[in-house]
Amino acid sequence: MSRIVVHGLEKSYGDARVLERVNVTAEAGEFLSLVGASGCGKSTFLRILLGQEQQSSGVVIVGDGPIVPEPTPQRGIVFQRYSVFPHLTAMQNLLLVEDFRSGGPFGRVFGARRRNARQQAEAMLARVGLAHARDLYPASLSGGMQQRLAIAQTLLGRPQILLLDEPFGALDPGIRVEMHELLTELWTEHGMTVVLVTHDIGEAFKLGTRVLVFDKVRHDPQFPSAYGATITYDLKLDRKTRASSQHLAKVAAMVGTTRPDTAMATTAS
Amino acid sequence: MINAKVSRGGALFLGGLPFLFVAIAYLFASAQRLAVNPSDKLLPSPVQMWSAFLDLATVPDKRSGDLILWVDTYASLLRLFAGVGVATVAALSLGIAIGFIPRVRAFLLPFVTVVCVIPPLALLPILFIALGLGETAKITLIAVGVAPVMVRDIANRVMELPPELVAKAQTLGGNSWTMVLRLVLPQIMPRLLTCVRLALGPAWLFLIAAEAIASTEGLGYRIFLVRRYLSMDVILPYVAWITLLAVITDWLLVRLSRAISPWAHPVEAR
Repeated sequence: MSRIVVHGLEKSYGDARVLERVNVTAEAGEFLSLVGASGCGKSTFLRILLGQEQQSSGVVIVGDGPIVPEPTPQRGIVFQRYSVFPHLTAMQNLLLVEDFRSGGPFGRVFGARRRNARQQAEAMLARVGLAHARDLYPASLSGGMQQRLAIAQTLLGRPQILLLDEPFGALDPGIRVEMHELLTELWTEHGMTVVLVTHDIGEAFKLGTRVLVFDKVRHDPQFPSAYGATITYDLKLDRKTRASSQHLAKVAAMVGTTRPDTAMATTAS
Repeated sequence: MINAKVSRGGALFLGGLPFLFVAIAYLFASAQRLAVNPSDKLLPSPVQMWSAFLDLATVPDKRSGDLILWVDTYASLLRLFAGVGVATVAALSLGIAIGFIPRVRAFLLPFVTVVCVIPPLALLPILFIALGLGETAKITLIAVGVAPVMVRDIANRVMELPPELVAKAQTLGGNSWTMVLRLVLPQIMPRLLTCVRLALGPAWLFLIAAEAIASTEGLGYRIFLVRRYLSMDVILPYVAWITLLAVITDWLLVRLSRAISPWAHPVEAR
């Protein structure tokens, strides 16, 4: 529901440059999959979009103006770990969204608004298949259930942009396929812009409308951290390219980690 | 060895052994000394101790008409809880502020770190001079003695909160204050109660030290008073009584933590 424009983005930690010359424009409603080797800066890029970190130089525009340099309700996030609040039950985790949004100085809504929030939360719990777990604490939910809860919680915040940082990285393959279906359905329903960081190339091709590969193009053998990664490959996916093993193999070779055949299997699942 | 499971009864038996051992050793030594000299005061028999304890608990003092044990216990616990209470409030407010707000951390953390290493007992004379010999000085000693460590511990724990959770709370619309209420405070609660449990040990130490020096009633005062008469028959039951009070307080705090933060004790909650 909101476009993202990144121009000439650069990020360094001291002498070490992580990202350089990153240029990308994403239209509202696009689903971007970011892939790349470990430590290539794709998660850093996501944290900049989140507002948790700031770019060293360059312009980031989200929606109508420059990005607010701190996390705001405009951008929702699902992390791989610590994705939900461990001190609240599933239900309370979802109620917290309304509590934070319009709870005032107590951080809690009361009366009719609470009943309303509770109804919405119930509906959302049922939507992600967690109705039976409403009174359980996250510690007694499985990894997949926790991530479903995290996605539900983030969506209740009605973000214009949904950021996902390897949200399914710690899940079993079977559960992962379920999560893919859920995510695709929710994205179709809500139509927000999604940015997904993953190291599963099959997942990137299966879910995204566009795959961006992060890699270093310049190397200094004396000082490996002199140059950062940038977007080396930008592939728009339609029905034909999505199924094409040729593109997939090419991206897999760029990232250099995943075997193309397993990635193909994930895409087909 | 490391894979052997201990049953409930076995654990009870093994845990009880050291107590039993100390008790038997004491009874044996006491009986031997009393056999040689029936008026020996150093290792009184359990009967002597019990009657001395019962006297203090039920027979009004000849001079003041007070039941000494209860007056002492009330005075001491009041000081202890007042001191630890003040320290807990300080730990909660300062600890969260230091841990959560970078500006407050830059402002106060170095100071708290330095205050932490001042030996509190070295401050005792200063407190007595500045605040007089009354309750204020004793409560202040306890509070000053345990608060800095608690503040640091809570601040550290707040800083250890996963940044993911803080970022997520912000994306859901939390501001600094509502995040303190709904995220930091509940997450820190179990640690705060553990902190209080750990602080109670030093708190008893400071209490007894302060009472030994300037007081007219209190458990520590009584022990140091009757020491002049070698009244081991009073001192030993008093030490046992203090131990009992400490154990009960600790147990209550564990129960409180389970009641307030069931999520932090998943095994018991199931």
